[in-house]
Amino acid sequence: MALAPTVQLLAALSAVAALLVLAVAGAVLARGPLGRPVVYGGALAVTLLAAVSALTAIPAPIGGLVLPLGIPWIGANLRLDALSAVFLVVVNLGGAAASLYGLGYGRHDHAPERVLPFFPAFLAGMNLVPLAADAYTFLLAWEFMSLASWALVISHDKEAGNVQAGLVYILMASFGTLALMLAFGLLAAGGGGFTFEAMRAAPPTGWAGAVVLVLALLGAGSKAGLVPLHVWLPLAHPAAPSHVSALMSGVMTKVAVYGFIRIVFDLAGPPDWWWGIPVIVAGAIAGVVGVLQALLQSDTKRVLAFSTIENIGLIFVGLGLALAFKASGFGGAAALAFTAALFHVFNHAAMKSLLFFGAGAVLTATGSRVMDRLGGLIHRMPVTSVVMLIGAAAISALPPLNGFASEWLVFQAILLSPELPAWGLKLSVPAAGALLALAAALAAACFVRLYGIVFLGRPRSEQAANAHEVDAFSRAAMIALAAICVAAGLFPGLVIDALQPAVTALIGVKMPAQSEVAWLSIVPVAESRSSYNGLLVFLFIASSALLTAFIIHRLATGAVRRAPPWDCGFPNADPVTQYSAGSFAQPIRRVFARTLFAARERVEMPPPGSLAPARIEITARDPAWAFLFLPLAGLVERIATRANRLQYLTIRQYLALVFGALVLLLLVLALWT
Amino acid sequence: MANLQIANLLVQGTQMLLVLALAPLLTGLVRKVKARLTRRRGASVFQPYRDLARLLNKEAVLAHNASWLFRAVPYLLFAATWVAAALVPTFGTGLIFSWSADLIVITALLGSARFFLALAGMDVGTSFGGIGSSREVMISSLAEPAMIMIVFSLALVAHSTQLSTIASVMVAGVGLRVSLALALVALAIVAVAENGRIPVDNPATHLELTMVHEAMVLEYSGRHLALIELAAQLKLLLFISLVACVFVPWGLAPAGAGAGAVVLGMASYGAKLAAGAVLLAVFETSIAKMRVFRVPDFLGAALMLGLLGTLLLFVSRIL
Repeated sequence: MALAPTVQLLAALSAVAALLVLAVAGAVLARGPLGRPVVYGGALAVTLLAAVSALTAIPAPIGGLVLPLGIPWIGANLRLDALSAVFLVVVNLGGAAASLYGLGYGRHDHAPERVLPFFPAFLAGMNLVPLAADAYTFLLAWEFMSLASWALVISHDKEAGNVQAGLVYILMASFGTLALMLAFGLLAAGGGGFTFEAMRAAPPTGWAGAVVLVLALLGAGSKAGLVPLHVWLPLAHPAAPSHVSALMSGVMTKVAVYGFIRIVFDLAGPPDWWWGIPVIVAGAIAGVVGVLQALLQSDTKRVLAFSTIENIGLIFVGLGLALAFKASGFGGAAALAFTAALFHVFNHAAMKSLLFFGAGAVLTATGSRVMDRLGGLIHRMPVTSVVMLIGAAAISALPPLNGFASEWLVFQAILLSPELPAWGLKLSVPAAGALLALAAALAAACFVRLYGIVFLGRPRSEQAANAHEVDAFSRAAMIALAAICVAAGLFPGLVIDALQPAVTALIGVKMPAQSEVAWLSIVPVAESRSSYNGLLVFLFIASSALLTAFIIHRLATGAVRRAPPWDCGFPNADPVTQYSAGSFAQPIRRVFARTLFAARERVEMPPPGSLAPARIEITARDPAWAFLFLPLAGLVERIATRANRLQYLTIRQYLALVFGALVLLLLVLALWT
Repeated sequence: MANLQIANLLVQGTQMLLVLALAPLLTGLVRKVKARLTRRRGASVFQPYRDLARLLNKEAVLAHNASWLFRAVPYLLFAATWVAAALVPTFGTGLIFSWSADLIVITALLGSARFFLALAGMDVGTSFGGIGSSREVMISSLAEPAMIMIVFSLALVAHSTQLSTIASVMVAGVGLRVSLALALVALAIVAVAENGRIPVDNPATHLELTMVHEAMVLEYSGRHLALIELAAQLKLLLFISLVACVFVPWGLAPAGAGAGAVVLGMASYGAKLAAGAVLLAVFETSIAKMRVFRVPDFLGAALMLGLLGTLLLFVSRIL
């Protein structure tokens, strides 16, 4: 059945083409004065239009198109359905915000020719992945996205560690693509061919479906940052310029989530009962491990990168629950869990981009990402400090902001899961719920620490004391995203309703329409069961706070006197006596990280009378590195050293090797049949 | 229908004022009982009202580098706690706004209040503020998930996270259940930790290094301090009301009940509060404060009990 191209599909394809043109323009104009305004301004216009067009495409009929590109007998199959449209909205909203931010932030880039060509190319790749409807186009777009972002990761190649980060990233990206390639191979082996339509018509049976699930979890999970395939993420995301970090953390991980949903929910056929378990377990582990490691970091952008791993974990728990419910035939519950995951995809894209922009603004203003060199910025950067506070509260899942609304939906889905008949799920789901609750509480601790050290207190360095607010473009981008966070938190019903066409397409059932509920509440199942009204909670808090302030100022007193800090009578003028990033995390490090990450503190106290400074050294290791990747790297190294001898053979020995290989291959061929 | 709405609105309004009026009295009562138990005469039970009035009329002394956040947090903290306390049924279940926030939201509201208070502790940039904030978030990182697990247990028994519905289900009777017993123990531990009572924290301590909550608010004075104290008193009242309405729901006036039921509800609520205060005072007097790094074990036990209760309910609906 051939689908007709819709207006929105053509618009989305034009957006990809326009972004590719901008990439070329970026390469040509990079060194000139026009480069930055043309590339970022153009990308802003294109992504904004593409976002609007994709928004109208969510409830619209499916559009399809085959272009005579790529492999001749397949062509480039393109398709725009509700799920693709939802993710295109996320990609292009994030892209528009990053472009707007880049207009100002790019001014400080000392090597624009290393960023300007790749930025629109990266956006084009992320726009093409959701449109692809055959394995070849999908993998091509996926790899294009990976390579463009890799080029951006190593754009500041003079800074220590960035090239190394790029190497780890490209290795993990190749591994992920390999896993996806194998998954598509298995899907195509069902009989049809490499188009998604053929795969959908002949889904894999028996063990092949299970292997596809595992490969999708590895392939998409490595891109999204699931533990233990997350190791590249905290290296690569902070290495890129901040607006690109925002795109990688906020948007590219969501494209990876899209890949997982497309393969597992759409192409792999009806799920088995146990499919949800590995997804839920992987998500719950990523949630806790991600946020705990975020608490141990002292670099602002690394904190944010690790926090991305936590949020991806929450999304995967939602997806795993949806799989489990779908397999057991609980359509309504599956729709709830799937909606929660998609809602969090949207929310995290907005708040993580906002937080990375804020970290970029701090970097611009002070030249530092090290938390222990910052402090007191709330006085110097009034706008950035307010929007960062909104972002930090949103990602800590505090009502009435958007992060809480999606987390609340996930909890509601968990509360429906005792209905699931399988024992494996009965035991793993409550444990995952406890881990998610732990991750949410730790996230709040993590962002109290980040915000408290960077924006509050007294400045810990000269640069922090003399910081200035950033330019108007950057401020506008941050304010826009903060407004989205607040709006999605106050009116969650609107977002939930907008997502329903995608939910219906993949689950077959949708959630009850929220726009019909009185007072803009959200009621996921039934009114007697649970309901939440973000707007009303906000109004209650705001009105009682204002009322209290008014009454106190009117009836009691509003007098204020400024004085030196009290600090129990021993105020110390030196800012280094404040709590630092390391000391703030000390209690949590001792409680949680001692066994999990082998976190150790070594204190060196000089003897009395000595003038040497006292030192504290904190070490922690990531178990994924210690137990998986370093041994693997060692193994590769050993094999390579052994194989090195093959380079120094005589010509006779080489000929003997060729002969041996030939015989072996012929033997295999003979025995195969 | 309209009559029921008006009745519920009245109940909601009465409750908002009632919790505000009773919170200082509850704290005064706890202090009085503790004093008597340690053979002191103790201040009057009305002393907290006098303290609040005195603080409200004093000027607020701010550190030179205190930001707008420092001045805004007391109001936010108080408002969030007040709204949360107004949504927990005290004498009747007919709260008109109970559908706007379920028990998960109430938990999260308290979490928001703590988030901002911990930030305020770091605003002036003193070492005591930092120590308080960092310990507070460590304690809450265990207390909050334990609370969520307790909410899960209650919600699975009542098939709802709405507190009014849970209370009605509990009034109707669900029998003795292992999971609820585990949830009750866990909730008691969480309540002690959330309110900064002995053995987790000591509200009356004068030694800065053992402080958690008090260290965070060390820089506050005047009306700001009054609001923070009142919020803490409201939180104590909230937790006792929560335990009362879920585990001893007898006497709660159902939605739309007549004046007689409401009076009965108020009387029984007063009795429950007094009983809660006496129990808390006895518990606090008979136990010593823990070292900070023993607290995670204590709260970890609550988390595990909550998880166990939830697991039991996942395995069987009747446990």
